[in-house]
Amino acid sequence: MKIHKRLQSDNRRKFVKTIVKGAATFSLMNLLLGGYAKIAQSRPTSELRPPGAISENDFLGACVRCGLCVRDCPYDTLKLTPFGTFSSPGTPYFIAREIPCEMCEDIPCVAACPTGALDSLLDDIEDARMGLAVVTGTDTCVSMNGSAHCEACYIACPVKDKAINMIMKQDNGNITWEPTVDYKHCTGCGKCEKDCVVPDAAIKVLPTNIIKRKVNYDYL
Amino acid sequence: MHQNNHSLWRKNKWLILRRITQSAILIAFLIGPWFGIWWVKGNLASNVWFNTLPLTDPLLAIQSFLALETINNAAVLGAALVTSFYCLVGGRVFCSWVCPVNIITDIAFKCRQYLNIRGTLTLKPSNRIWLLLTILTLASFSGTLVWELINPVTIIHRAFIFGFGLTWILVISIFLFDTFISRRGWCSHLCPVGFFYSLIGNFSIIRISAHAREDCSNCGDCFTSCPEPQVIKPALSINSETRLILAGDCTNCGRCIDVCPDNVFRFQNRYKKPGKPTDKCATDRSL
Repeated sequence: MKIHKRLQSDNRRKFVKTIVKGAATFSLMNLLLGGYAKIAQSRPTSELRPPGAISENDFLGACVRCGLCVRDCPYDTLKLTPFGTFSSPGTPYFIAREIPCEMCEDIPCVAACPTGALDSLLDDIEDARMGLAVVTGTDTCVSMNGSAHCEACYIACPVKDKAINMIMKQDNGNITWEPTVDYKHCTGCGKCEKDCVVPDAAIKVLPTNIIKRKVNYDYL
Repeated sequence: MHQNNHSLWRKNKWLILRRITQSAILIAFLIGPWFGIWWVKGNLASNVWFNTLPLTDPLLAIQSFLALETINNAAVLGAALVTSFYCLVGGRVFCSWVCPVNIITDIAFKCRQYLNIRGTLTLKPSNRIWLLLTILTLASFSGTLVWELINPVTIIHRAFIFGFGLTWILVISIFLFDTFISRRGWCSHLCPVGFFYSLIGNFSIIRISAHAREDCSNCGDCFTSCPEPQVIKPALSINSETRLILAGDCTNCGRCIDVCPDNVFRFQNRYKKPGKPTDKCATDRSL
């Protein structure tokens, strides 16, 4: 009888031990991987997602990192994030300053996506929102600081006369022309950033998770 | 115990066929980026053959479903095709005939034998269950494919096609882990992708069968070379009902067929009735 009881308690001890061990391993792995996942959600602002990319967090859930969009991009614009950086390895991106998006009419990258990470509902490339161009160098832009009459970004813009306009500013008789981005039309293709004459582009496309397009009036 | 007197080809047939298949699949993926011959685009995560046949890794499709709670038709079709294929030929055929990590861990195992390393960190096979549960819960809680951050299977395969980056670190650490720390550590004890395929493998039709188990001379060569030795025992034991290796863990690599000096094993349809041992074998045994 005593032995029987001892065996029972041994079994119970073993069972509890297994459960505790299992739970410990499980939570430890969750913690480590989860932590890395959190870090990997931050991404350099120069890395833009392809056209039609759904919101960043959903994108990281939908994209299986197959690279089919990269393969079907005719301009070698898209790249896959290599392993070893802090952003999610294998996800597609492009750097506007290197090779901007040429805004193909048939949007081959979206057509290639097998998972809907690039939304197939996007049928007009001018509806793409890869990011938003922002004049970040308000003092380095040669047109704004009055050192030259430059409209490289305006000329480069494929959404002609809509996304970027040169607007005249008068200040104590000095006339300058300011490139001004209309968020309603800018697709974030990055051709303005590519063609900017200033060594460190004065106009930059920022990814949509950094710069919000929708105005939220809830706080008023 | 007696020596394996078969010819060199007979001794290594399945190993050679397996290496050819592994290389052929990798080369099919590489001739696109290298020579512009696009038989297949993409990588093991998801790919398109000859611009028509879409294939998707079912585990990735499941994680994506858990993350987003939406179903995408294209990915589901690809995942269903892959799943049914492996239901036919054996789930872990992916591991031994397709996965690029297998080449690394097989080399590590050879090194281990060559260097005569006996010590091993014993890992419970149940770790794989926990790891699979972890990656599934992480996907559903975080809404992102967390496992893809470190999954060596897809990362190493992608590295061949899209550029290596720091993937060497992953390759070298798996190699060192399998050689010096744990025998068959990654593929047989940790990898949740392999474990997932072993779940599919439970249904597979093509099996290895110890069809002539009466001829077994107990040399133990199959156990030494098998990546999952525990799967052989039930099929080999005279008292057990079936001669088939039915465990999902079996990778159908066919190495046991190669190394067996007594021709005990062969590939077989699981529904085929086991053949009776021939008279010749019976006499051999009695001598």
